[in-house]
Amino acid sequence: MEGWTSLEAIRNSAEFTSLKEEEMSDLFQPVHEDFRKTLREYIEKELAPHADEWEEAEEFPLEKFREMGQLGFLGMQYPEEYGGDNDILAEAVFHEEMPRCGSAGVAATLGAHIGIAMPQINKYGTKEQKEKYLIPGIKGESIGALGITEPEAGSDVAGIKTYAIKDGSDWIINGSKTFITNGVRCDWVVLAVKTDREKGYGGISQIIVDKGTPGFEVSKKLKKLGWRASDTAELSFIDCRVPGDALLGELNKGFYQIMANFAWERLIMALGAVAGAQIVMEAALGYAKERHAFGQPIAKFQVIAHTLADMATEIEAGRQLTYYALKLYMEGKNPIKEVSMAKLYTCDMACRVVDNALQIFGGYGFMEEYPIARAFRDTRLGPIGGGTREIMREIIVRTMGI
Amino acid sequence: MNMVVCVKRVPDTAESEVHIDASGKDIDKSKLSFGINEADNYAVEEAIQIKERLGGTVNVISVGGKDSDEQIRMALAKGGDEAIRIEDPAMAGSDGFAIAKALAAAIKGMEFDIVFTGALADDDGSAVVGVALAELLGVNHAAYVKKVEILEDGKKIKVGRELEGGLMEFLEMELPAVLTIQTGINEPRYASFKGIKQAAKKEIAIKSLSDLGLDASEVGEAGSWAVLEKFTPPVVGEMAEILTGEPEETAAKLAAILKEKGLV
Ligand SMILES: Cc1cc2nc3c(=O)[nH]c(=O)nc-3n(C[C@H](O)[C@H](O)[C@H](O)COP(=O)(O)OP(=O)(O)OC[C@H]3O[C@@H](n4cnc5c(N)ncnc54)[C@H](O)[C@@H]3O)c2cc1C
Ligand SMILES: Cc1cc2nc3c(=O)[nH]c(=O)nc-3n(C[C@H](O)[C@H](O)[C@H](O)COP(=O)(O)OP(=O)(O)OC[C@H]3O[C@@H](n4cnc5c(N)ncnc54)[C@H](O)[C@@H]3O)c2cc1C
Repeated sequence: MEGWTSLEAIRNSAEFTSLKEEEMSDLFQPVHEDFRKTLREYIEKELAPHADEWEEAEEFPLEKFREMGQLGFLGMQYPEEYGGDNDILAEAVFHEEMPRCGSAGVAATLGAHIGIAMPQINKYGTKEQKEKYLIPGIKGESIGALGITEPEAGSDVAGIKTYAIKDGSDWIINGSKTFITNGVRCDWVVLAVKTDREKGYGGISQIIVDKGTPGFEVSKKLKKLGWRASDTAELSFIDCRVPGDALLGELNKGFYQIMANFAWERLIMALGAVAGAQIVMEAALGYAKERHAFGQPIAKFQVIAHTLADMATEIEAGRQLTYYALKLYMEGKNPIKEVSMAKLYTCDMACRVVDNALQIFGGYGFMEEYPIARAFRDTRLGPIGGGTREIMREIIVRTMGI
Repeated sequence: MNMVVCVKRVPDTAESEVHIDASGKDIDKSKLSFGINEADNYAVEEAIQIKERLGGTVNVISVGGKDSDEQIRMALAKGGDEAIRIEDPAMAGSDGFAIAKALAAAIKGMEFDIVFTGALADDDGSAVVGVALAELLGVNHAAYVKKVEILEDGKKIKVGRELEGGLMEFLEMELPAVLTIQTGINEPRYASFKGIKQAAKKEIAIKSLSDLGLDASEVGEAGSWAVLEKFTPPVVGEMAEILTGEPEETAAKLAAILKEKGLV
């Protein structure tokens, strides 16, 4: 045993050079890795340089939305007949690469459209609905939103109050929604409404409402701690009349339809959390090697080095759990437990990693000039959105027979 | 238009520290990421744009190891039709001229109107391959091309060459020809996932020297005009005078020197 003295040798050996993300999983095929390169180049050249500007303006420009549609970056999971690629793993790559743009708000704008709103249409829409919403949606010519949360009901979806009643063949909707991503600028929103107010889960349906429908108003654009480049809105519906064929999927089956895509929504949040944490950890590592205090790089203080080791370890654990859940999902196994665990662990882990990174950056970490401050604000949404950490635990508990 | 584009895989050294490796003849590339040579990315785009306007084919060629397939596939994903990769252990140590010999041997048998290369490789930076290739093929060439216009009959082109100080020189020449493309001539596209999937289905033809009818002695160090002996970091010049002291002092000293030498 050479013990300590060989550490330097280990450090210099090829073995020590860290594996690339893409080498850690056999999920992704060479086409996905090629796609990752294109996306990374696009994100680094065409999005990242503008992130500060968009965060400041609290808006992601529509032209970029269209541009990304034209480049084919919005339709990966959708059928080819509507302009997509029928490859959901390529979309997973998209969500892994997006954090490189430096603004979770930008990632959320696109993520809510392609990973949360459009899947509902794709899974439950009629051919006419798919033609009307998916084709332009994939081209980036129309933006979608998913409206579930209400001022009085978030985690408890069955408690929503917005309702729709039949008037002839039309639906008349009354109520309000809040925290809706893309709410201000969406061209359509898939709304969760009560179609049977006597019932809980069993009384919910989904209805698609187009922008400009009389009675549908954006009541407020909300100011947020993070995710600033994404628009988040409060929506109001007062005697909003939509035709009968705006119903999405089956009457009173809305709750189950919503649940069906929660797995994907949570997986993409986990993928984004891991990728974002990785970027922040690398930034902190680079900084710790450069920044000197008491005559040496701060990375040489064991407490900093160990913190970085813990960060890297947790990120790796999160990545492997997420990839495992994704693999089961790809195999069609409906892995509710694993997906909930991945979402719970990675979103909390990203908060810890960013908090530690901020500490390593010291006062600079607290300054808006440095990307850590934004990451700190943005990451905090993870344990709340798409099902809170408490709800994830509730789900996991249920799979344990408690 | 039948076109050929020569692409090279190069390490990205823009934001990395570069160290000479143990052989002294190369840099340590183990921690570098690789991509297509920048000028070649523009060359690929130019060929594809011409194909989209006028029809024809784009054939992608690279001399290099298996890793170069990545750059070839990306060019195919953007709209290239076919691809050849030349690989042979005897290619090691080739200079630009020897590389051009291998490329010429592969291109000779093809029907081509235009061969595109980059103006300059980001790593070795010889700016030799395109011009040497034109000589070996016995066709016209223009280097540092920043504008290409195909004239009516498709037998001639008008090219704009970048000169110093932002000047452009315009020439007309007969086809076939070799053009070495300067960065900035167009806006290279991003490959779509659809394109990437199509490219994955295409075969890249691998050619050895014997497939091309070349002898090992014609390439590698033996077949090169320039042989790389050794890399050394530039020696710190002895002419430099380092001023030391407080900023006010050094500024005063500097001002005095500049005045004395009549530079201000
Ligand atoms: C930036 C942003 C974007 C969003 N985008 C969208 C969107 O596009 N569409 C959409 O529909 N929604 C969206 N949301 C809403 C989000 O999904 C909800 O905020 C989330 O589900 C929590 O609901 P709530 O805020 O009403 O909290 P509540 O449900 O009121 O929860 C408050 C607290 O109580 C806890 N709690 C609740 N129930 C339990 C329980 N059973 N056991 C233990 N603890 C419990 C929660 O975990 C939480 O800590 C967004 C939210 C934000 C902040
Ligand atoms: C020490 C040393 C070792 C080398 N070892 C190897 C080796 O093991 N295997 C090997 O194959 N080559 C090897 N080479 C060749 C080297 O990688 C270059 O291809 C060669 O020197 C051409 O010069 P350049 O890159 O400066 O080209 P430039 O003349 O600056 O390049 C101009 C353009 O020529 C085209 N071009 C250049 N190189 C290629 C290429 N390889 N394929 C297709 N198009 C190209 C591109 O369009 C490029 O933009 C070696 C070179 C040296 C100096």
